[in-house]
Amino acid sequence: MKDTDRPGVDRAAPEDRPVIELRGATASLGGRPVLRGVDLTVRPGEVVALLGANGSGKSTAVRSVIGQVPLTGGELALFGTPFRRFRQWARIGYVPQRTTAAGGVPATVREVVTAGRLARTKLGILRKADRAAVHRALELVGMADRLKDSVNALSGGQHQRVLIARALAGEPDLLIMDEPMAGVDLASQEVLAAALREQVGRGATVLLVLHELGPLEPLIDRAVVLRDGCVVHDGPPPEAVGQHALPGHDHVHPHADAAAEPLRTGLLS
Amino acid sequence: MEILSYAFMQRALIAALIVGITAPAIGIYLVQRRQALMGDGIGHVALTGVGLGFLLNSSPVWMATAVAVAGSVVMELIRWYGKTRGDLALAMLFYGGMAGGVMLMNLSDAGSSANLGTYLFGSITTVSPQDMTTIYVLAALVLAITIGLRRQLFAVCQDEEFARVTGLPVRLLNLLIAVTAAVTVTVAMRVVGLLLVSALMVIPVAAAQQISRSFAVTFATAVGIGVAVTLTGTTASYYVDVPSGATIVLFAIALFVAFTALAAPLARKRAGTPAAAGKGCTLEVPGGRPAEDDVRV
Repeated sequence: MKDTDRPGVDRAAPEDRPVIELRGATASLGGRPVLRGVDLTVRPGEVVALLGANGSGKSTAVRSVIGQVPLTGGELALFGTPFRRFRQWARIGYVPQRTTAAGGVPATVREVVTAGRLARTKLGILRKADRAAVHRALELVGMADRLKDSVNALSGGQHQRVLIARALAGEPDLLIMDEPMAGVDLASQEVLAAALREQVGRGATVLLVLHELGPLEPLIDRAVVLRDGCVVHDGPPPEAVGQHALPGHDHVHPHADAAAEPLRTGLLS
Repeated sequence: MEILSYAFMQRALIAALIVGITAPAIGIYLVQRRQALMGDGIGHVALTGVGLGFLLNSSPVWMATAVAVAGSVVMELIRWYGKTRGDLALAMLFYGGMAGGVMLMNLSDAGSSANLGTYLFGSITTVSPQDMTTIYVLAALVLAITIGLRRQLFAVCQDEEFARVTGLPVRLLNLLIAVTAAVTVTVAMRVVGLLLVSALMVIPVAAAQQISRSFAVTFATAVGIGVAVTLTGTTASYYVDVPSGATIVLFAIALFVAFTALAAPLARKRAGTPAAAGKGCTLEVPGGRPAEDDVRV
């Protein structure tokens, strides 16, 4: 890849380039415009939260960053490489918005998490270092004692921990998470916050879609708030009080029971 | 064993063994992807290939393979692009394939309704030495893909979106699954018939997952069940004059019922470790007796 011979674009050393650079991004779903010109820059080592009401486009924004929603306009570069030419998928760990890690056939926690290591292997052959990385990822989310259990036997919060361990197993430089706290009980939320803190500590860059800041609040460097497909705030995480009154705010927590009520320290809908 | 002294029965048993291995081996990925009935659809389409083979006086098995592969690719394309009414498009393909096969068969001189029956329901004792070569080649291909690429196929079938983001060639792997399933259908065609092929792809997997917790164990158990039912079914059809395909599928369903009955006691045994067995629920009353492990609340 000869990024350097493109004048003015890719001159900077790889470490200084933004990890994610989204400029004037537009995208539509089913003919309806969802992103109307979103700028989003995430620099190495930053932890950026993408916030907004349901339907504001925050999920579409992250999914366009990883190429799952095609952009109808604008530019996207990952690690300084234009998206078209980007191939270093092993550097990205992705946690999709899911409530379950299960498929149509039983699978153990270890089998699911190992899938996240595949990008780091050659032809899918697992070496000792790969098995160790899978185990480490499971330890980080506190699931190492469950590695032989079927994912069908897990609670909602544990499913989410497995999905996050799967993303961590590839030891990514960039972690992208789409509502990792949705339907997760308080104990799991704290485990996930600790796992994230560890990732940030080792220098990983994080972009996450959140409904509420919750226990992650101290980790967030910057918040980007979307409304109707446009960025309306890009800066320090908003204070709880004022943002609570934003239009579109709702308090629907479909999976939460009384004991697992998410913390209300944060934000927003 | 008298049964082994006949060359046609030797071929029948080998073909049965191969189908018993390959059908669940690819079927498990279809079940994982929640497309358990895809094999059924491919079977319908393959019938057009059989009809074409008769009409053009070429090998029905190779023609069926070619048409089934083409049909499976079309199904995969419909899955990519036809998001709105994909199920209806698939239905067209299934029934079009079936009707096309019956029509072409009738137009040809060699094709009769008896001939049609052997392809629809299998006729294992008529497997010829030439058929065996075809079966060996295709089965080797199926096994190389389903075992050699098991980690990649597992990732794609478990979570397609995640697999794309890890950089796996998801479209290629999906096509590979579709083509492998098509090849398996035509391998199994002579043994269980096009209408019952899908049963052998799905039922052993369904039975195996009643008692297993991992994908690897489900895979091995499903192949074991597949081999067990194809061999016993074929043997039974030799001693008692019954059709091999139907016998095999009924045996598989019997095993599914048995495994399902085993599942509940097995789960209880796994959960009921001696330490946990005696423990019930305890309610901790604030300010009451301190907890046994002396944790301060």
